[in-house]
Formats: sequence, C-alpha cells, structure tokens
Amino acid sequence: MAHSINSGYSAWLKRDLLLAYRRRGEAASSLIFFVMVSTLIPLGLTPESAQLAEIAAGMIWVMALLATLLSVDGLFASDYQDGSLEQLLITPQLLPMPVLGKITAHWLTTGLPLTLASPLLGLMLSLPTAGYLPMLCSLALGTACLSLTGAVGAALTVSLRKGGLLLSLLVIPLYMPVIIFGTATVTYAIDGLNWLPPLAILGALFAASVALCPLAVAGALRITSAN
Amino acid sequence: MSQSPLLKVDNLAFERDDSCLLEKVNLSLNSGEILQIEGANGSGKTTLLRLLTTALQPSAGSILYSGVGVSKCRYQYLSDMLYIGHQPAVKLTLSAEENLRWMINSAVKTNQLTIAEALDGVGLSGYTDIPCYALSAGQHRRVALARLLISEATLWYLDEPFTAIDKQGVSFLEQRLQEHLNRGGAVVLTSHQDLSLNNLRKYSLSSELGQVA
Repeated sequence: MAHSINSGYSAWLKRDLLLAYRRRGEAASSLIFFVMVSTLIPLGLTPESAQLAEIAAGMIWVMALLATLLSVDGLFASDYQDGSLEQLLITPQLLPMPVLGKITAHWLTTGLPLTLASPLLGLMLSLPTAGYLPMLCSLALGTACLSLTGAVGAALTVSLRKGGLLLSLLVIPLYMPVIIFGTATVTYAIDGLNWLPPLAILGALFAASVALCPLAVAGALRITSAN
Repeated sequence: MSQSPLLKVDNLAFERDDSCLLEKVNLSLNSGEILQIEGANGSGKTTLLRLLTTALQPSAGSILYSGVGVSKCRYQYLSDMLYIGHQPAVKLTLSAEENLRWMINSAVKTNQLTIAEALDGVGLSGYTDIPCYALSAGQHRRVALARLLISEATLWYLDEPFTAIDKQGVSFLEQRLQEHLNRGGAVVLTSHQDLSLNNLRKYSLSSELGQVA
C-alpha cells in the first residue's frame, strides 16, 4: 500500500514537470511577469536607491504573490478540459498524494524560479546586502505556501469558465499572512533585528499548508467535478 | 449462500440542482457479461457511468462490488476497474507513448505487454513519438483504447468507445471486448452502435427523467 501511495505522488509530479517542459514559454510566463513588472518600479516611483531600498522587500514580495496567482489558475484547468482530472479522481491511490505531486511540480516551475531570480531584482531595487539571504529563505518557503493555498482556490474554481477573478477573491485573504511574515523576515534583517522568528512562522504556515491543503484540494475537486 | 454478482446497482439516483437526472437504476452484472446502456442524448448515460466509477456520488442507492459497498472496498474496486471517458484524457503536448505510460501508471492490475506493443496493437506504430497535437481525433481515441490491451482489470467502463474510430478499429475493439469477456471480465459501455457480441444485454434509460421537472 505504501508503495502505491508513493507512486501516485511521483507519477503526477513527473508528468506535470514534463508537461511544463513541453510548454516552456507558458511555464516561464510568471517568471517573465515577475521580472518585467519589477523593472517598472524604479521607472514609476524613483530611481533613487535610498528610497528604493525601503520598499524593495515589500515590492518583491507583492510581485512574487501576483506572479504565483497568475499561474495557479491553470493548475487543474487543462486536466479538467481533456478528461485527465476524471482519471485522477478514480485512481486507487489516495487522492491527496497525486494532488501534492501536482502542487510540487507547480512550485518547482514557478515558486522556485521566482526565488532564484529574486537576487537579481534585489540588485535592481537596491536591496541592502543584509536582506538577500532572508529574502531567498522567505521566498522559498512562502511561494510553496502560495502554491499550496492557491491550489485550493484553483480546485474550487476549475469548473467555472472565467474563474480568475473569483480565484483571486478566494485566495488573496489566505495569502495575507504569508506576505506579512515574508516581508517581515526581510525588513527585520535589514533593520538589524533577528529575522528568524518571522521565518519560523512562515515555516509553520508551510507545514500547516502541506498537511491540510492537499486534503482540501481533494475535497474541492470531488465537489467541483460533480458540476 | 448464493454468490453475489460482480456488480450490483440498487435503486441508484442522482440529482443536481433539484432536478432528477437518474432515478431507480437497478442493474446487475456478472463476469463474462457486457451491458450496453442505451438512451437518447441527455438521458444520463455518461452520468450513470461516472456514478459507477465513483467520480460522482449518488444522491441515493448503492453500488455493490462482489456484494460489498464500493465505499467500503474503495481501493480493491478502483484497482479492478478501468474507465475510458468521453474525453480520451490525451495530453496534446505529450507523445502517444508518454501519454500511455502516464495513463497506465496508476493502474494496479496490468499484464506484461510493453507500451510499444500496445500502441502497435491499436495501429499506432510509427506514431509513438510524435506529439499528440499532430494526431487525429480517432488516433487520440486509439491512444486511450491502448489501455485496454495492457489492463488486467475485471470491470471496464467505456463511454462511447466507438466515437471517431474507423471500421477496422471498431472490429478490433469488438474482438478485444469479446476476449475480455471470455476471460471472465465484464464491460459496461454506452454506445449507439449495434454490437455483435455474446452475452450482450441492454439497459435503456428513459429520457423523460433527464428533463427538468
């Protein structure tokens, strides 16, 4: 039994990674959005590095959140359209495991690239040096939370033709604690405070999401598939 | 104690938005039997199949697998079942071979046939590594039907399996169904086609129930 639970997770993870690789342009769109919009900030606000440094952490976090929101919409959409979701619902394996595999693939193709690209944006927005490591840590944990909670919204809205706005309304309240503690981690470090407590809370949020979100997604998919 | 049938459906009903889509469906199926569900468009054939696969939950009634309710033996039931839905679940950016490998990945009961042999069996040799967006609708259907060659599941649920399939494909599929029945398998399918198979029974869904009351 343990073996079959495992295979459900890795099979769907590999499949979604392969699908993302085949549609590289689409998979890269959230990363491109993240970088493009962030380059607009110095143009729109001020190129003055002292002022930019103050808002850099918050801006990078808001961009990361929006970029994730942009991509999470399609997590189940194509599977719903071509009948793969129906097959997912009737796998003998426990449904949360393949779901977690799909969410992991989503994070590896959006959250992780965003995290890795963030030092570049830090440089553009003159983020103080002390902020880089906390930013990488908080974004890695935080974007995983965003993928997990976003998946719940995506599962609830998958059967709606234009579910994008409703998805945002559903998940943005859930994203609030993530962005609060994510930016706190970076600003604490810049101000010379101990930045581990907010990061620990982010870690706790991640642990809770990893345990609960796949169950919620599985439940939501069963409800929406009835429509 | 009389032996309970492989599949028994008792008084199954399904409602959505206060309209009754299916009501008082009673079926039983033994191994070696094939049941063709008939009915006008919109009479609930697909809904009935999806209820049988447990993708939908019935509003009343029960589905028994070898005498046990399917919710009590979910793993055994689902691993002994194969469902090919209305949409063939073929990913357009993946090749036929990758699609089939993924489709059978979660299957528990499979035989020794390789993926290449199965694709060969459905007449797709030479198309195995082309992305599926370059294939026709009938070929997509064939990719999905290749699962039937690999599967060792007893219960097959096929929703309009003959859609978009050419004449040779139809006779191939009929032959494959007959083999499955001879081995003790059982099939429930929806189709408007007249089938020439042994042990074929028909079940008609009345179309009035499909209307909003």
